[in-house]
Amino acid sequence: MSGFGYYRPDAQAAGDAAPTTSAQEQPTPEEAGDEEPTLPPDAELDLAADEVAAKVEEVLATLDVELVGLAPVKRRVREIASLLLVDRARRQFGLTTSRPTLHMSFTGGPGTGKTTVALRMAEMLHALGYLRVPRVHTVTRDDLVGQFIGHTAPKTKEALAKAAGGVLFIDEAYYLFRPENERDYGQEVIEILLTEMEKERGDLVVIFAGYPDRMATFFGANPGLSSRVPHHIAFEDYTHEELMQIADLMLLGESFRFDEEARAAFDSYLTLRQQRPNFSNARSVRNAIERSRLRQARRLVELSRPLTRDDLVTLTAADIRGSSVFAEASQMSG
Amino acid sequence: MKLRHGAFSYLPDLTDDEIAAQVRYALDQGWPVSIEYTDDPHPRNIYWEMWGLPMFDLTEPDGVLAQINDCRATFPHHYVRVLAYDARLGRQTTALSFLVQRPAEEPGFRLDRVEGSDRTQRYAVTSYAAARPAGARYATG
Amino acid sequence: MDMNGETKERWDPGVQSYAGMGYWNPDYVPKDTDVLAVFRVTPQAGVDPIEAAAAVAGESSTATWTVVWTDRLTANTHYQAKAYRVEEVPGRPGEYFAYIAYDLDLFEEGSIANLTSSIIGNVFGFKPLSALRLEDLRIPVAYTKTFQGPAHGIVMEREMLNKYGRPLLGATIKPKLGLSARNYGRVVYEACRGGLDFTKDDENINSQPFMRWRDRFLYAMEGVNRAMAETGEMKGHYLNVTGGTMEQMYERAEFAKELGSVVVMIDLTVGYTAMQSMAHWARTNGVLLHLHRAGHSTYTRQKTHGVSFRVIAKWSRLIGVDHVHAGTVVGKLEGDPATTRGYYDTLRENHVPANLANGIFFDQDWASMPGVMPVASGGIHAGQMHQLLDLFSDDVILQFGGGTIGHPLGIAAGAEANRVALEAMVKARNEGKDLLREGPEVLRTAAQTNRPLEVALATWGEVTFDYTSTDAPDAVPTATPVG
Repeated sequence: MSGFGYYRPDAQAAGDAAPTTSAQEQPTPEEAGDEEPTLPPDAELDLAADEVAAKVEEVLATLDVELVGLAPVKRRVREIASLLLVDRARRQFGLTTSRPTLHMSFTGGPGTGKTTVALRMAEMLHALGYLRVPRVHTVTRDDLVGQFIGHTAPKTKEALAKAAGGVLFIDEAYYLFRPENERDYGQEVIEILLTEMEKERGDLVVIFAGYPDRMATFFGANPGLSSRVPHHIAFEDYTHEELMQIADLMLLGESFRFDEEARAAFDSYLTLRQQRPNFSNARSVRNAIERSRLRQARRLVELSRPLTRDDLVTLTAADIRGSSVFAEASQMSG
Repeated sequence: MKLRHGAFSYLPDLTDDEIAAQVRYALDQGWPVSIEYTDDPHPRNIYWEMWGLPMFDLTEPDGVLAQINDCRATFPHHYVRVLAYDARLGRQTTALSFLVQRPAEEPGFRLDRVEGSDRTQRYAVTSYAAARPAGARYATG
Repeated sequence: MDMNGETKERWDPGVQSYAGMGYWNPDYVPKDTDVLAVFRVTPQAGVDPIEAAAAVAGESSTATWTVVWTDRLTANTHYQAKAYRVEEVPGRPGEYFAYIAYDLDLFEEGSIANLTSSIIGNVFGFKPLSALRLEDLRIPVAYTKTFQGPAHGIVMEREMLNKYGRPLLGATIKPKLGLSARNYGRVVYEACRGGLDFTKDDENINSQPFMRWRDRFLYAMEGVNRAMAETGEMKGHYLNVTGGTMEQMYERAEFAKELGSVVVMIDLTVGYTAMQSMAHWARTNGVLLHLHRAGHSTYTRQKTHGVSFRVIAKWSRLIGVDHVHAGTVVGKLEGDPATTRGYYDTLRENHVPANLANGIFFDQDWASMPGVMPVASGGIHAGQMHQLLDLFSDDVILQFGGGTIGHPLGIAAGAEANRVALEAMVKARNEGKDLLREGPEVLRTAAQTNRPLEVALATWGEVTFDYTSTDAPDAVPTATPVG
C-alpha cells in the first residue's frame, strides 16, 4: 500500500476551520509543447516539412509494420492523427485555443492489438505535445476499486498519479459498473475519473478497453462518461489468414520456422481453436507457438543424435499436432 | 516572524509550478515523496503529522501536487512540508524537505530562561502558537 | 651504505641491502587484509629506486640498518613489509611511486597512533632518501572495523539538525583574536539569526587572557539560543575545546554539552590519540565533533615530502570526527580541483574506487562506516555559490567567515546573503539548470529580490584566488614501472 491508501483526517477531526473555497490553485503542470507564437494569417504551414508531423508519421509506420492486418484500426488511428495535426495547425494560426478531448475507447476481443495500439497512441500524443511522457499505465478494476469504505478514492488517485502525464489504460472497464449492486465502489471510481477527465488543462488521457458489446452497455449506462470519450476504435477479430501471418512473424522474430507439414498442421489447429471458447487472437497464437516449442524441445532431447542447426529452428507437424485441441476435436467427432 | 524550515525557507514561497519541479527532481532521483503538516513548528519537533504514507513508484509530480492541495484544503492554517526519502544503502534518510504552506500569521517563538549556578542558563524555545490547543493555533489566518 | 648485499647470505652479519633482506618482492600479491601504502620516494643521487623502496618498506616495518640475529626468533617474513611495485612519477625525474604492503599483524587494533608510528614513524628522516611522501593508504576492511569511525556521521548529523537537501552554512568568528566574550557572542548571534546553520571558533581560540573558554561558551550559547528562537531552526556554534591536557579538553567538552551545544571542536594539533578520545566522548555524549586541520599544511602541501591530505582524511574518518576541513578549490587556501575531489570522495563515499586523476591510488571500501562532513572554508563568498555547489554537491559545510562578517550591511545581512544564494542555487540545480553556465544569472535574479545578496555580489563578485596549486596529482595512468 502506498501513501494514497492511508487514513487521512478530515477537517473536523483536526478542529480546523473547513475551507469555504479551495483557495489554492490547481497544479499547473508545465505544458509539454510550449506554444509557438501565433502565425500571421497569410502564413503557410507545410505539414510535410513539419517535424512533429514527421514523428507522428514514424509512429504510424511502426504500427503498420508491427501489427498484421487491422486495416480499420490503422485507418482510424491515422484519422485521429490527421485531426490532431490539423488542430495543431489551427492553433498555430490562433484559430482555436482549447485542448481537444482525447479520451478514447478501444473495443475488441482479447489479443487484437489494443495494448500495442495504446502504446503507439501514447507516443503519437506525446509527439504532438498532448502528453508529457509516452507511457501507458494499465489497470483493471482491482487496481481502482477498494475493499472497504474510504479505500477506493485513494486507490484510484494512486492509479491516476502513476499514469500522470501519460495514458491510463483501463482494461475491461465495464467491470467498474455493476448495476446489480448499487453500493458497488466502482461508481466512485467512475466519478473520480470523470472529474479528472473534465480538467481543462489535464494532460492525462484515459483509454477504456474491453469487449464491444459490454462496452456499449457500459457507456450506455454512464452517459456522462460517454460524452467525454469522443474517439472510438473498434478492433475486429483477426481473420484466419492474418493469424497465420502473425504466427510467421512471431516465429521469424525468434528464429524458428514451420516445415511444410507443420504449416498445414498449424492451419488446421487454428481452425479448431477459433471455434473453441476463450479464443484470444494473437495471444492464442503466441501461446500455441510457445507450447509447440516445448514439444519440439522434448522431441529433440529424445532424438539421441547430434543436433543440426536445422533441427533447432524447425517446428514439425508432430510439435503442432501434440496439442490437446486435436485430441479433443477427434473425441468429439468420434 | 518567518519560520526558517526546510531547504528553501529564505526564498519567496514556492509556486505550485516550482513545487512540481522540486518534486520531479526527487522522483527522478528515485526518492518517494511524502507530505506532512503541523501546527507545532518547534525546531525540535521532528514528527509532523503524516498526510498519508510516502508515495512510491511515481514518475510524474501531478499526484503529489493533488495530495498537497488536498492537505492544504484540509489544513489551510497549518505548516505543510514535502519530504523526499532516499532509501539507498548508506543514506536511508530524508533527502530533501521544504515547506509548501505556512500560516498567514507566524507569531514565532519565545526564549525562556532558567537561571543556573555560575552564570549558566537553561534555555527553552517555546512556540507562542503552541500555547493554544492543537488545531486552533493559527486559525485566524 | 653497502649496496652489494645481493651476494651475501641473508643472515650473514653486517650491513645488507634492504632488497636483499626481502623487503622488495615484485611477485608479492597483496592480501585483502594488508594495509597498502604508496610513497613518493626521492632517492639521494646514486641510490637505486628499488633499493630505496625496499628501505622504506624495511624502515617502516621490521628492519634496522644491520642484520640482527634476533629476527630469527620471529616469523620474520610475515612481519616484513614488502615493496612490490616501483614506478617513475610521470614528468617528475628522480621521483618514484613505491607500493608497499603491510601485514595486518603489524598494527594495533583501533589505534591511529600505532598505525602512524609504524608507517610514518622513523622512515621520513632516513638519510638515503632526500624526500619521502606518503601519497595514499588502502585501509583493509579488517582494520577499518577495529575503529569507531565518525561519532555520528553525515546522515545522523542531518537528522540531529533536521536539515536536508542542501549544503550547510557556517562562518568562523572574526577577528580570530581579541574579541571579548560579549562581543564574540554578538557575532555568533547575528550570523546565526541571519541564516547560517553554524558559527565556529577559530583554531587558535582556546582560552587566552582576552577571553577565557568558559565565558566564550556562555556568550556563544546565548547567541545560539537567541538565534534559534528568532528563526525556528536548529543552530550550533563549534565550541573549540582544544586545551593543554586531556583533562582540560574533557572539562570544556562536558561544559559545552551541559549548555546544550550540539557540536564541539578540536584542532588537529591535539594529536591522534586525543582526537580518538574525543571522538569516543562525542559519540557517548551525543555531540557532533568538528576537526580543524590546524597545522596540516606543514606536511601535506609539498608534493615531494610529507603526508598527503588524502591520507589524513582517511585517518580522520577512522579516528571518528564528524567534520573536517577539506579545501575549497576556489577559496584562498591550497586546493587543486581533482585532488580536492579525491579528499571529498574519501570522506563521504562508502566505496571509493582507485582514480589516479584524483590522486586516489587504491580502491577503498569503508564497510558502511559513516561519512565525515567535509568543510569548505577560507576565502569563499556568495558570488561563488554555483561553483561551490557544482564542486561539492549537498554534503558539505560551506563556511563564509569574511564573506559573512565583512558584509557592508552587517553580519546578519551577510549571513542572509549567503543563505539566499545557497537556496536559490540548490533550487535552480534541482530544476535542472546548468550551474556553471547559468549560476551567475541565478545569483543575479535572486539578488533582485534580496538586498543583502545584491550588496554581497557588488562587494565580492569579482574576488578570486587564482593561483597554481602546489599539490596536484602527478599519477596519471601512463606511469612507467621500473621494476
